[in-house]
Amino acid sequence: MNGSEKPPAAGRFAELARLTPARIALGRSGVSLPMHEVLRFGLAHAQARDAVHAPFRPDDVATALAGLGLETLAVASAARSREDYLRRPDWGRSLSPESLTAVEARQGRFDLALVVADGLSSTAVHQNAAPLVEALLPHLRRQSLSLAPVVIASQARVALGDAAGQALGAGMVLVMIGERPGLSSPDSLGAYLTFAPRTGLTDEARNCISNIRPGGMGFAEAAFRLAWLIDQGFRRSLTGVGLKDESDAALEAGGAGGLIPEG
Amino acid sequence: MGYRVATGTRSYLFSDLKELMAKATPPRSGDRLAGLAAGSMEEMMAARMALADLPLRTFLHEALIPYEADEVTRLIIDGHDAAAFGPVASLTVGAFRDWLCSEAATTEILAKLAPGITPEMAAAVSKLMRNQDLILVARKCSVVTRFRNTLGLAGRMAVRIQPNHPTDDAAGILASTIDGLSYGCGDAVIGINPASDSTARIAELLRLLDDVIARFDIPTQACILTHVTSSISLIEQGAPVDLVFQSVAGTQAANASFGVTLALLQEGLEAGRSQKRGTVGDNVMYFETGQGAALSANAHHGVDQQTIEARAYAVCRAYQPLLVNTVVGFIGPEYLYDGKQIIRAGLEDHFCGKLMGVPMGCDICYTNHAEADQDDMDTLLTLLGTAGVNFIMGVPGADDVMLNYQSTSFHDQLYIREVLGLRRAPEFEDWLLRMDITDAVGRLSAGQGGQALLAAMQDRAA
Repeated sequence: MNGSEKPPAAGRFAELARLTPARIALGRSGVSLPMHEVLRFGLAHAQARDAVHAPFRPDDVATALAGLGLETLAVASAARSREDYLRRPDWGRSLSPESLTAVEARQGRFDLALVVADGLSSTAVHQNAAPLVEALLPHLRRQSLSLAPVVIASQARVALGDAAGQALGAGMVLVMIGERPGLSSPDSLGAYLTFAPRTGLTDEARNCISNIRPGGMGFAEAAFRLAWLIDQGFRRSLTGVGLKDESDAALEAGGAGGLIPEG
Repeated sequence: MGYRVATGTRSYLFSDLKELMAKATPPRSGDRLAGLAAGSMEEMMAARMALADLPLRTFLHEALIPYEADEVTRLIIDGHDAAAFGPVASLTVGAFRDWLCSEAATTEILAKLAPGITPEMAAAVSKLMRNQDLILVARKCSVVTRFRNTLGLAGRMAVRIQPNHPTDDAAGILASTIDGLSYGCGDAVIGINPASDSTARIAELLRLLDDVIARFDIPTQACILTHVTSSISLIEQGAPVDLVFQSVAGTQAANASFGVTLALLQEGLEAGRSQKRGTVGDNVMYFETGQGAALSANAHHGVDQQTIEARAYAVCRAYQPLLVNTVVGFIGPEYLYDGKQIIRAGLEDHFCGKLMGVPMGCDICYTNHAEADQDDMDTLLTLLGTAGVNFIMGVPGADDVMLNYQSTSFHDQLYIREVLGLRRAPEFEDWLLRMDITDAVGRLSAGQGGQALLAAMQDRAA
């Protein structure tokens, strides 16, 4: 049994259930949910809660990225515990003093910094961060972008990427982070792109692609859209509300083959 | 001027009214995040003792957010009805609580009082009230609104069908809508949160819902929860807009972060009314609010989140809304940490809104990073049903697959109707009976009345 999978519904309403991932045509016992639906919901909620609280394994992420030939650097935010993280978004946005020093020690002149952050779902990061980076790398090579060491950040929110990107001396930062888990999607990864990262930026300075996971937006499509935004962001020297995602047109023009760059 | 209180063990000084209000507030993570919360339980009680002694009229001449700096403050002060306030003008906040709980405060008297109550007064007295007081008094308040049916009558509770879909797929949305109608939901509104902000896409969704309502002659209204400027431009393009939606907050700066001003809301109201699509009334606005919105936009002026939330109801009140929905647990644990804080906030919001004459409903909800679960939602649903909430959400299986949070379900509304005997809006109740979806006592029909609705689906497929 999987909490986010749907069992077949009975009766004529069964047709409806196939049209949406929403929990419809559930049947009832009196006014109440049938037992198996109560259990299915409870399982999905448990999986989503576990995704929020499951310990982040930065070493596993580092190993996977090393397998792609990438250097990594593990850091922590100023939030020391999961409870601190949940109560104090401001702490999750800043690097701990030791981590800031460690990142500054790697300062250089890089086009792009990648940050992999646990966010609200370490499950999403464990399952989907390395495959997304793998799909993205051929695009970045084709664009001849220099990459900073990949920052792997614990108890981190999106804006921590601003501090990390700035400390590394990167022209743009891409934060791949576990999204707030839904019952039907405990494993969604979000990707946030910010030009000229520096502390104090807010969400209107970023472009975002969300719901990256096998059951949502696939890795090849997400990588294509991100590569398009990175390319356009450098051409126009901006990201955020001034940069509309028009990668649809490029996707259609290139067809399915456009997802995988040559060379 | 400051407020000094001795508790017997020591004395506390609160430097101004907003500090007193913040420190008197029952504990919540958002006030702690903002650095406004009381430092100890005793300090919180000292603040409540000082607040209880404060004359209620103080709020009319001492603004928490300056009049010059904030158009919401100007709305509150300029729009205050001194005559309505008269009967309680001489009371302290504490005596006001006693009076509200007394037999003297009847439904009729509370309705006449509402225009005299500012949000700061409502917030202040709520901070001195236990959960049972919030329920007892809110239950006496009646706020009735109309568009194609009559909402807010005593002993009745309506439900919004929330048929969201991750990609706005029309067939998927229609499937959830039909399922909801077959459970007797949808009298508050059939309201979609769109995934897309494309105007063309939203116009298609409006036509989809308009077709369902027209086809089955359902006495209800539709809404796409998009920005007020989108609704205005959709109306100009001739799209069938029943209700004009907007998220609002309790300060000018927080509203600016939502891209709205009071003048823009007035434009939305006039555009909505120009359609004359209501059949029994012209309450055309649907607002959503929630504690913490102002702080998250860094627009709280050092005022506690519950007081700011009550100020949002003053914004709503000015536009005679059909529905005002506090989306209480959506914002996350940095503002309301757990089930206890969400439950308290839901009762406060409902009470403050009703006392001010606002047609309050509640999205009884939580996110997966909050310390809450469906048991907490059952508790809040039971409490708000008892308190006379105007409407709640009906989300399929309580799981919103687009917004990724949990709310109340089609089944949950059946539960609360069964336990408390709550009926649907009268026009909608008649329709359900005609359709054989419910029986004469409002229970789901033993027959298959809802099956007739499936025709909409089959025609679509054909």
